[in-house]
Amino acid sequence: MENQSKTPVSADMIKRYTRIRKARLAVDFVLKLGMIFVFLFPFYWMIASAFKTTYELNQYPPTMWPHRFTLDGFRSVFSYFNLWPYIRNTIVISLSVLVLQMMTMIPAAYAFAKMKFRGKALLFTLVLVAQMVPTQLTFIPIYIMFSKAKMIKTLWPQILPFGASAYGVFLLRQSFMQVSDELIESAQLDNASLWQIMYRVMLPMAKATLVTVLLLCFINHWNGYFWPLVMCNTEDVKPISLVIARLKQVEEGVDWAAVMAGNLILTLPTAAMFLLFSKKIIRSLAYKGMK
Amino acid sequence: MADRFFRRRELTIEEQQIRSANPRKEWGAVLKPYFLLVPTFCFLIIFTYYPLARLVWLSFRKYNLLSQDQFIGLQNYRQLFFINKDFGPSVKNTFVYTAASVTLLIVLAVLFGLWMQGERKINSLAKRVIFFPHIVAGVSISMIFAWLMNSRNGLFNQLLMAWGLSPLEWLDSSDTALGSIVGINVWKGVGYDTLIVLAALGGISSEINEAAALDNTPSHRRLFCITLPMISPQIFFLLVTITISSFKVFDLVRLLTNGGPGSSTYVMVLYIYRYAFEWNRQIGYACAAGVVLLLILLVLTVIYFKLVERKVHYQ
Repeated sequence: MENQSKTPVSADMIKRYTRIRKARLAVDFVLKLGMIFVFLFPFYWMIASAFKTTYELNQYPPTMWPHRFTLDGFRSVFSYFNLWPYIRNTIVISLSVLVLQMMTMIPAAYAFAKMKFRGKALLFTLVLVAQMVPTQLTFIPIYIMFSKAKMIKTLWPQILPFGASAYGVFLLRQSFMQVSDELIESAQLDNASLWQIMYRVMLPMAKATLVTVLLLCFINHWNGYFWPLVMCNTEDVKPISLVIARLKQVEEGVDWAAVMAGNLILTLPTAAMFLLFSKKIIRSLAYKGMK
Repeated sequence: MADRFFRRRELTIEEQQIRSANPRKEWGAVLKPYFLLVPTFCFLIIFTYYPLARLVWLSFRKYNLLSQDQFIGLQNYRQLFFINKDFGPSVKNTFVYTAASVTLLIVLAVLFGLWMQGERKINSLAKRVIFFPHIVAGVSISMIFAWLMNSRNGLFNQLLMAWGLSPLEWLDSSDTALGSIVGINVWKGVGYDTLIVLAALGGISSEINEAAALDNTPSHRRLFCITLPMISPQIFFLLVTITISSFKVFDLVRLLTNGGPGSSTYVMVLYIYRYAFEWNRQIGYACAAGVVLLLILLVLTVIYFKLVERKVHYQ
């Protein structure tokens, strides 16, 4: 805020004012660095611990950075489990979910954004309500469904329940609404079919939103714990997160170097995506609250 | 929206003639949007609405996935409330966890949001950093903190000892376990909530602030009479979403303490999970507990929406 009073301001006052302002900004800066430290330090500690020897991990006082670098932690992760099949499962699951969601949400978002029909408000409310129903309530009936269909030993229980994304429909609808009606009408005049309009006209305009939706979907499935825990009866359908969680199952004598190494592996892809797309992710998530 | 539908009904004679002359095309145009919605609704019905109904239906039955399947009325609920003594603590813990998480998250998010306003490099860096834990796997967050809070040789206790304080038991004592989990949850979630607050603050038009500045409104009054009312819709949104997500807490608890020590961190979803999947598959009984959770969430959501009608300021 500028001080706009008309009384003459002495140079001395201005000087003092700017000095106070600078000092305040400096304090503010230092406090914010402190906060950044609080939120980053646990990750730093994970990385440092992953490369320490067991002896060094249990040492007092603790060392801030491994004195002797070792890859023992990573070696023991791979000696406990061969991670690759689990990683492959996660990738197959998330890619299948992505494809399914693309097929369901693009037409739905188009209908909600650009078409007039009876019951539209009600149907859209139903979609929003579905978004609020927690999977922690529906998992039992869904489990029974898949077990009756003899599909519990496949990857389907981890894919099909996520075939429609209410959140995706909601976000994509918003960006489809931004596309002008004239564009659609001119495409219609050119005898473009509905599918051509959706995939040639609408989608390119909503590319950014689509990318974010798919990105968040991938992160969710990579991180997921509850759903696979419930749905996986056999080893060969488990995703990576479930296996990393098992590294700590022995209560006494946990091999913390291995646990931290495993979690470093689990965190890296999300961290990389965040570094690349943080702006996109942040914008679309902040938007979620702005309805 | 409604008048648009009525208009469709009151067709002019001319339009009616066109319609009767060419009925098939018209029907195709009318049905087209519904066709587009079919895939989405297929999935929503099979995997959201139907399971929800099935949950309620199963809660009146004795069912174990194999042989047993019979209607037993309210027996499951009687067992839940009056016979088994373990449901009460899990409900209590869930409420305590939710109340603590909601309060801390909202207060911190508003404070951080107010603090990190403005276009400065350090702000955008801080925003990103505190948001990051939100998208890291719950598995990893749990394990990192399990290691930091390890009561024998975790860093937290080593630091406490170095500063001459007595070490804490963190997750290993029934006094501190739930609090520790709330702390981890707040640490993980506050970045997302701060973003929502920041987005809301950015939406306040600068004219209002300038007017207040010209009137020399004191800053605390500006905060309570202008800023907070202006962002109340978003605070309300956070209230609802944080409450729902806190009631669903499972990952952190299951990974960090698995309900212990004793039953100090035993929460509702863990309760449902255990009865359905670990203890004899008492599915009907677990569903009854699920219905209770569903009702709690419904009631809270309705209360919130009633409150919002009166209190929240929409511009």
